[in-house]
Amino acid sequence: MTTNSRLSPLSVTNLTVAYQKKPVVRNVTFEVAEGELIGIIGPNGAGKSTLIKAILGLQPVLTGETLVYGKPYKSQRKLVGYVPQRESVDWDFPTNALDVVMMGRYGHLGLLRRPGAKERAIGMECLSKVGMADFAGRQISQLSGGQQQRVFLARALAQDATLYFMDEPFAGVDAATEKAIITLLNELKKQGKTVLVVHHDLATVDQYFDSVMLINGEMIAYGPTATTFTEQRLQEAYGGRLTFIKSHQAEEPAATARAGR
Amino acid sequence: MSGMLNLFTDPNLQWILIGSMLLGLSTGVIGTFAYLRKQSLIGDTLAHAALPGICIAFMLTGVKSVGYFMIGAIVAGMIATVGISWITRHSRIKQDAAMGIVLSVFFGLGIVLLTQIQHSSYGNQSGLDKFLFGQAASMTASDVYTMTGVAVLLIVACALLFKEFKLISFDSGYARGLGFSVTALEQLLLWLVTVAVVVGIQAVGVVLVAALLITPAVSARYWTDRLGVMTVLSGLFGALSGAIGTWISAGTDQLPTGPLSVLTASALFVASVLFGPRRGIVAKIVRRYSAKKEWAAENGAESLPESKTGSSVKDREVSA
Repeated sequence: MTTNSRLSPLSVTNLTVAYQKKPVVRNVTFEVAEGELIGIIGPNGAGKSTLIKAILGLQPVLTGETLVYGKPYKSQRKLVGYVPQRESVDWDFPTNALDVVMMGRYGHLGLLRRPGAKERAIGMECLSKVGMADFAGRQISQLSGGQQQRVFLARALAQDATLYFMDEPFAGVDAATEKAIITLLNELKKQGKTVLVVHHDLATVDQYFDSVMLINGEMIAYGPTATTFTEQRLQEAYGGRLTFIKSHQAEEPAATARAGR
Repeated sequence: MSGMLNLFTDPNLQWILIGSMLLGLSTGVIGTFAYLRKQSLIGDTLAHAALPGICIAFMLTGVKSVGYFMIGAIVAGMIATVGISWITRHSRIKQDAAMGIVLSVFFGLGIVLLTQIQHSSYGNQSGLDKFLFGQAASMTASDVYTMTGVAVLLIVACALLFKEFKLISFDSGYARGLGFSVTALEQLLLWLVTVAVVVGIQAVGVVLVAALLITPAVSARYWTDRLGVMTVLSGLFGALSGAIGTWISAGTDQLPTGPLSVLTASALFVASVLFGPRRGIVAKIVRRYSAKKEWAAENGAESLPESKTGSSVKDREVSA
């Protein structure tokens, strides 16, 4: 598993997640290399967000193990940063952009200690890294969708993690924000950090990511973008689902067999 | 009028005044978080759930003691909230419907138990119904001491855990990711709300106590975009409602303090909705009007030279 050479930032073994009885993520096993940008690709309902949430312990799992730098996730939380989907919170909350970014420091502060001047400085620095320094005092409901996304990114930066999960950061943002995000991703990579990104736009995958993970309930393929992001593999990830819907009963064993390969 | 003056001399009235203000302050502060966590109805549920809890506590001990009642109400409240989360987890029923179901089951049970108590000989039961349906006028010095304790507890807890409560109210999933034990914090918050509700029941009754929890918080939201300010304002609005309620009640013969406090809180709410600086209705109308005017002025400025040239052409024609 992780006994080979250096410790992987993230190694997942046999992860299975079910919301009701039917597993949404089945037997997913993978190990990521340090300092890579990894795209998680798959159709709607393929379990991309669920996979991330399960790794982060936000979603109960049926089976499976998650190791972060060789240790269980629970003991390594400080090393892990998470950018949830923008819609997951109420943006009418009474707070401003800087305050949200400072939340990234709360884990380091621990219980009871209040954020102070040091946290403000870190918060401002992270806001300016995403080009949002001018909006520090702005009530968060008055930010545009792209700006809200950047605030969430700045919050993750403030956390100063080494392994990042981002759930569709590019969803519904304009070209300027997309560019800001990708610049940031590359900077994180330069610092040796590992970033997993749930991504939807197939056109940009080969420019943005070093590796891709194609999932559709189970792992379809995982590897370097150049060799993995192929038409045939995509057909498997996206087209497979279509036949799956057509003949529900007959296709299921076939799909499981493919996962075992 | 003489009653209003009595407020400052009559020791009984002073206790009621202090008690009502402390109650409003506590419920206002803790209500901010309940409201922001979209659990406005949780206060209502806890208050109704407290009814059977208090009845059972009374049946077991035979004494009217706020301490025992609080234990009964907290146990019942915990069972109610566990029931709600069990229903939402194991069925397709949403939280609001689940709250509605649990709330009415507990209230029904409470009324049955209360009737049972009244028709049998459980200790000194006189006044239990007054306690459950609220009578601020019956507050004594010892009740006020209890309320002081509760107010201090709630305010200290909210001050110490302000950062944590803010985080779980805004983004509980992220809080869990940072390593905070969100379940424990949520339970604590719920427990604090229950404590506030139970002391509030005595003053305003099981039906109205939810209003003291939510109305000041909603009003405060209209005046500020900062959580700290909102929490303080909400507490102040609550305390003010309690004070004005007591004051009006003291000046009249038959009007009850608790419901008057709730009505005062509602009046403050209406004022906030109307006159809140950014979100208020008046501010919105003014903004709309000035935007319209500005737009008209800009467009007018563009069309003005045209009409001028037009008229000057005409002038020339006339002169020619």
